[in-house]
Amino acid sequence: MIVSRRERWLGQTLLVLLMLVTVMPFVSLFVTALHAPGTYPAGLSWPETPHWSNFLTAFQAADMGSLLVSSVLIEIGVVPVSLLVATLAGFALGHLRPPGGRFIFIGFLLGLTLPFEGIIIPLYYQMRDLGLLNTRWAIVLPLIGLYMPFAVFWMRAHFINMPEDISEAARIDGASTWQMFWRIHVPLSMPALSSLAILLFLWTWNQFLLAVVLVDDPTQRTMAGALGAFQGQWGTDIPLLCAGSLLILTPTLIIFLVFQRRFVSALLQGSLKG
Amino acid sequence: MAQRQTTDVPGRREAVDRFTSDSRRRALKARRLRRGGLALTLVVPAALAYVLFVVRPIFLTIQYSFYDWDGVTPATWVGADNYAALLRNPELSGSILNAFELIIFFSFVPVALGLFTANTIRGFATSRLAVVARTVLFLPQIIPLVAAGIMWSWQLATNGLVNQVLRLIGLDGVARAWLGDFDTALPAVGVIGAWVLFGLCMLLLLAGMTKIDPALYEAARIDGAGPFREFFSITLPSLRQEVVVCVTVTVIAALASFDIVYIATQGGPGNSTLVPGLEIYYLAFFQREVGQASALAVALMVLVLAVVLPLQWINREGDS
Repeated sequence: MIVSRRERWLGQTLLVLLMLVTVMPFVSLFVTALHAPGTYPAGLSWPETPHWSNFLTAFQAADMGSLLVSSVLIEIGVVPVSLLVATLAGFALGHLRPPGGRFIFIGFLLGLTLPFEGIIIPLYYQMRDLGLLNTRWAIVLPLIGLYMPFAVFWMRAHFINMPEDISEAARIDGASTWQMFWRIHVPLSMPALSSLAILLFLWTWNQFLLAVVLVDDPTQRTMAGALGAFQGQWGTDIPLLCAGSLLILTPTLIIFLVFQRRFVSALLQGSLKG
Repeated sequence: MAQRQTTDVPGRREAVDRFTSDSRRRALKARRLRRGGLALTLVVPAALAYVLFVVRPIFLTIQYSFYDWDGVTPATWVGADNYAALLRNPELSGSILNAFELIIFFSFVPVALGLFTANTIRGFATSRLAVVARTVLFLPQIIPLVAAGIMWSWQLATNGLVNQVLRLIGLDGVARAWLGDFDTALPAVGVIGAWVLFGLCMLLLLAGMTKIDPALYEAARIDGAGPFREFFSITLPSLRQEVVVCVTVTVIAALASFDIVYIATQGGPGNSTLVPGLEIYYLAFFQREVGQASALAVALMVLVLAVVLPLQWINREGDS
């Protein structure tokens, strides 16, 4: 491709500038976290003596250990079940194509762009009647339902591209639909499944609205919900708030940096399909 | 009998043909039905979760929206009063207008800036700098919006980085508490959204651009097309699907914004950054006006569909 040197130079400068704008808030958060607790430092200034102990204080103040446990428990409750249920439905709608399947699929599609605020009120009363308010179930159960439109859509899109021949061959060899599903289709679906798993993991970890409305106790919430509570409690102590926010961000950042390629492609594909 | 047989031979063959094809079709249909039954069973768990926690609540929201209810005492039917209030009450209609204003920042800015950036760096999309940029620009997408809100509240504070930079370049007069000022709070919230959504838009558009046949650009350059002509004649038309996706995602993010506003301004100062999501939350769980909150929730769902469906239609039209 023909690219003039001037264009290239302009592009690189722009890119560096945009990266700076993206990263500066993180840097500012970090240096502010090192200032003496209770002070009100400037946005970007290195403290005379870095107070690394802020991280320890924030860790204890936010009760990070139990927050992590809570978030992980919610993930375990949401992600595997959603994956299994959506794969079954996607397989049925995309590969077996039952009569009426189209209508069922359109029914799912209608929920694809639903803003969660639209149904949060009935969800509250539903969870209250089930006696699940302030438990992790109040986040887990609705999330499984709310993920279904996207997850079924995603898995159906995968299975619809699977050639019919694969199943025919398996059938001739005497495989039942059930065997065919587990022995052939699930192993072949691993790339689609792992991308979906990443997306569901991230959305669950970052879920805020359900956590704020349905669960009061931060130690029963998702990470994002806990961060909201932490801000409410320590919002006036800027260095401590920054340290706590960074701590709460760290698990996501580590996982992202390890799996970054998968993350980026999953999120790009995810939004393209959605 | 014999006569009939002879005359019927062609007809009988047809009948036999019809019979076999009929029976085959019937067998196929039976198999499809049998398989169909199994297939429908496989859909049941997903459908159950969906109906129980999405479809049922949607209908309940619609039902609540016609009542005056505090969540405890019996509800009274008020017809469309709650909907009329959406238009009459400036606090409610204001929240919807604010959401529309946020679209400029959440949607227009990231898509326009994303198009510009992706187009400038298209030529070296595989260089090391661009690969690093892919990771860095994606960071805002993976952190919780709450964290983005906290970070930016601090950047935009009186003492924050934004004002520090402004003072550095001599614009002391402009520096202020951006999120606390009636005039700048909503745009400041918008900037946070733009920061979050820019990377996603840029990378989506860039991915779309790399799929365009380079020969088209070579041909355009040979024909003497400048960068502007090139962008509007080749790049933009080829990116319709990606642009539609970006606009859809970002407009929904603006209309249904909650996390960022909740953290950064709580809707204030005054009601200058109040958005529907936040107002639903306040009305339903603090002011105990469940019916009014539900009417706003229905309006929000309808608004999102009103934006999304035409966009999908544009996309579909282009494909066929």
